Amino acid sequence: MTALPLILTVFVACAVEAVEALTIVLAAGLTREWRSTFQGMAAALVVLAAIVAVLGPTITLLPLTALRLVVGALLAIFGLQWLRKAILRATGYKSLHDEAGAYLREVAAASSCKGVLLEGLEVVFIVITFGASQHNVGAAVIGAAAAVLVVAVTGIVVRAPLARVPENALKFAVGVMLTSFGIFWGAEGAGVSWPGHDAALLVLVPVVALVSLGYTVLLRRPRAARPASAPASEEVTSS
Amino acid sequence: MRRLRSIGAFWYDFVVGDDWRVAVVVVAALALTAVLVHAAGVNAWWLLPVCVFAALGWSLRRATRS
Repeated sequence: MTALPLILTVFVACAVEAVEALTIVLAAGLTREWRSTFQGMAAALVVLAAIVAVLGPTITLLPLTALRLVVGALLAIFGLQWLRKAILRATGYKSLHDEAGAYLREVAAASSCKGVLLEGLEVVFIVITFGASQHNVGAAVIGAAAAVLVVAVTGIVVRAPLARVPENALKFAVGVMLTSFGIFWGAEGAGVSWPGHDAALLVLVPVVALVSLGYTVLLRRPRAARPASAPASEEVTSS
Repeated sequence: MRRLRSIGAFWYDFVVGDDWRVAVVVVAALALTAVLVHAAGVNAWWLLPVCVFAALGWSLRRATRS
């Protein structure tokens, strides 16, 4: 019975990390390509297993802050690219389909790999620190495994309904999610302590979405007033 | 040499994308945040979001200017 609080605590903590990883995987898979997304995820899990096997309990000495900084910066830059393109497409400044398949596959694999690796490491940290402090790593492993399983099944269930959302709307949502996570992890890596800790994401994501929608509305107005025969620069130079 | 250049071009396009200024702003904002947190003791959680929104607006403005 004494193990139950530990299992529940680790379950909640790991569920938060697993949801963050699931968001990135769903975002990459739905808007880019599932096969490459799963390849990226599998690569991250292999690297994660290797790190755990080699380092064991000394894994807590890994510079997680530096990893957050690098992954956060990359995700923020990726996310802003996606948001920028989604807004330009939504406002008619860029054609709806303008990216090569190979590029889409690389982005899907890299995004899911980074997200799963970082969150996976955080799950391992939680298991080792909570489990070791209570002298019951086995119970911590049970809590973490249950959390990852529940979140993974949820992801499989919501995957099909999400696939029916229009493509550019999904890309817009993915841009919002990647930018938000990038800001969150990047700032944490730089040493910031977010108000409310992980709950700050619940504010950050809607704020990023609202600002992006605001830019879309602002760009639509002059576009609607302009004659149809006057294309803007990105329509003729898009890759 | 050509192969190296094409690999470099792919990674540049992959990481930086259409507008290098956005990447520069993100990196500079993170560096400034780290300086504020570690050197000045300011918990500057607000700095990166503000810089990201400004960079996005600036990039969109440049892209849509005819």
